[in-house]
Amino acid sequence: MPTFTYMTRCDGCGQCVDICPSDIMHIDTVYRRSYNIEPNFCWECYSCVKACPQHAIDVRGYADFAPLGHSVRVLREEANGTISWKIRYRDGREKVFTFPIRTTPWGSIKPPADYAAPDSVALNSVLLSHEPTALMVATLPTLLAGR
Amino acid sequence: MSLFSSRKTRYVDTDILIVGGGFGGCGATYESRYWGRDLNITLVEKANIERSGAVAHGLSAINCYMGMRWGENQPEDFVRYARGDLMGLVREDLIFDIARHVDSSVHKFEEWGLPIMKDPKTGHYLREGRWQIMIHGESYKPIIAEAARKSASAVYNRIMVTHLLMDSMIPNRVAGAVGFSVRDGNPYVFRAKAVVVAAGGGSHIFRPRSVGEGMGRTWYAPWSSASAYGLLLRAGAKMIQMENRIVLARFKDGYGPVGAWFLLLGSKAANAYGDNYEAARFEELKALVGKYAETKPMPTCLRNHAMLQEMRAGNGPIYMHTQSVLDTREKEEIGWEDFLDMTVGQAAVWASQNIDPKETPSELITSEPYVMGSHATCSGAWASGPEDCAPADYQWGYNRMTTVDGLFGAGDTIGGSAHKFSSGSFTEGRIAGKSAVRYVLDMAGNPPQVDEAQLRALEQAIFKPMDNYTIGRNGIVAGSVAPGYISPLQGLQRLEKIMDEYVGGISTFYVTSAPMLERGLELLTMLREDLDHIGADSLHQLQRAWELSHRVWTAEAVLRHTLFRQETRWPGYYYRGDYPRLDDDEWHAFTASRYDARADEWQLTKLPVHHIIE
Repeated sequence: MPTFTYMTRCDGCGQCVDICPSDIMHIDTVYRRSYNIEPNFCWECYSCVKACPQHAIDVRGYADFAPLGHSVRVLREEANGTISWKIRYRDGREKVFTFPIRTTPWGSIKPPADYAAPDSVALNSVLLSHEPTALMVATLPTLLAGR
Repeated sequence: MSLFSSRKTRYVDTDILIVGGGFGGCGATYESRYWGRDLNITLVEKANIERSGAVAHGLSAINCYMGMRWGENQPEDFVRYARGDLMGLVREDLIFDIARHVDSSVHKFEEWGLPIMKDPKTGHYLREGRWQIMIHGESYKPIIAEAARKSASAVYNRIMVTHLLMDSMIPNRVAGAVGFSVRDGNPYVFRAKAVVVAAGGGSHIFRPRSVGEGMGRTWYAPWSSASAYGLLLRAGAKMIQMENRIVLARFKDGYGPVGAWFLLLGSKAANAYGDNYEAARFEELKALVGKYAETKPMPTCLRNHAMLQEMRAGNGPIYMHTQSVLDTREKEEIGWEDFLDMTVGQAAVWASQNIDPKETPSELITSEPYVMGSHATCSGAWASGPEDCAPADYQWGYNRMTTVDGLFGAGDTIGGSAHKFSSGSFTEGRIAGKSAVRYVLDMAGNPPQVDEAQLRALEQAIFKPMDNYTIGRNGIVAGSVAPGYISPLQGLQRLEKIMDEYVGGISTFYVTSAPMLERGLELLTMLREDLDHIGADSLHQLQRAWELSHRVWTAEAVLRHTLFRQETRWPGYYYRGDYPRLDDDEWHAFTASRYDARADEWQLTKLPVHHIIE
């Protein structure tokens, strides 16, 4: 299900170029808009579709096995913490779903360096950061039988 | 070349270099910052960590969570499960280590904002299966990437790492890595006291079932270019179980996941005539692998085997009967979200073929093989185990250090520890990150030495595909056919054809043998020589050229390990036609290889499998 870009919607901002894990969204040098340079390396991960501020990128199912006439559209709203999907079948049926994507504000993760610095005893133990507290059991299991 | 006279080498000096910003790399970055407050920690990624690695797309479940807080499972239970699934051959110390720490990772994910589904009755995480929990995981990767960004001294996106650097003074010690910017074409030299490789396993080693546009819709991400192995084995790291490729039974063409359908929704698979073929073929499996057929749950490879036998008998298509379980809106949403979170393409297959899972069953099929270390498979580097529970011969220093000094690994990089998935890879990254901090502190005042001549030679090698193209392209009018070079895609297709036809791909129903492997090796050797003649017309194609290089080197390791193991250990993953039985007397062992770059020789040996848990 490779991506393509609608000529009339794309403004050439390059967000899709920045995000594509496969490095296949490039800016066309003549039209100054993005396009998929290598559809056979597209995983239809929708990273570019979700990132496009103009909703200019869509997908058409892989020609090898997907008959025409379908669409899977998405709206990812970070501020709401939701993602919404509209699926249109070849025969016209539609399905709509909305799912949560995050329960905390974006940017709210506490950096590891903001926690109290661990001492050398902890450093030389087998405990990882925030353990054993974050395990929510009293102690880290061990296996003396191995030695 | 005059075209690149503007190239300017960028030097980055750091204490810890983390190669690959997927789950393993993000875990290593977070943890090394927690323990190494004053250290310089650098994360380098060929794409953008916001959406990179195998979880770029998202995930619908976390497949490795013990639930110790609710007394659901203990780490020992998980070791037994992974060992059973891999037909007895795993590093139990490494798996135990991940299992005992993984819950703290998952609890952090929830604190950071990952929506984890809850069982309304108990308030516990909603279980998909014994080890799996259900999540709303569309933004799983961006959440984890945020934690990594807040931990690293610097994140370098769009840098393709091509080689590891070795210390010029101390033998067998890593000194950093080199690569190039896919955006501006500048060479990058990272000099580091410790390196954690958390790169990906390999898709597109074997020819995929879909070969047109659809070749991108492999089960595993097309950008997973086996760099975990391509980087390590050329540095002389000992690798194990490289023959242990994985084949997945998934929804046909879209490769949508089946776990939630089988485990949570209780859907059943049957052949075209509605028969439960797995049960019917149990005796046949027992004749093939003996006691291993009785493992509960049935090992992934054996379930594949039963499906393959059905297909050979002409009893396909195999169908997942989704329509018999989607009786409520809630279940329908679970079924759809399972795909939309992590495999949107499967939803497109349904929409395009007018398949409503509430009404119509969907085809299942076994995929092409993949080479990885984090799923129901465990290829990767031989690594030192945890200090407090690894057997003596599995322990030579820092936890998760490979056989190269200062070189650590996580996720797909580390061999012998299957069933890590996302949470386990992140956890292994944490383990490796902490070890790297300890290594760096112990090595204080002993910085890595990099030889300038070595750098110049590597730099020339890195950009050679562009030189090949510039020169060769002048000799032809137009088009993709030239006598002196081939494109990265042309090279990749040759690799996939060799691996498919000689090393147990789909075209032989996963069967291979010594004569087939030996012939395959002849052809693969010529492809390795032809890597010197890849032509890249752009920086993007230069990235593809180096991805191809990592894949070819990995493929050679896969082939050599497959030839070395004279048995059929995992029927359903691959078969040695000349050794069709499982042979515990001779082969209850790891296969290990080491590539000696100076002599251009491979050494293959056996390493013992220790069972430390009953």
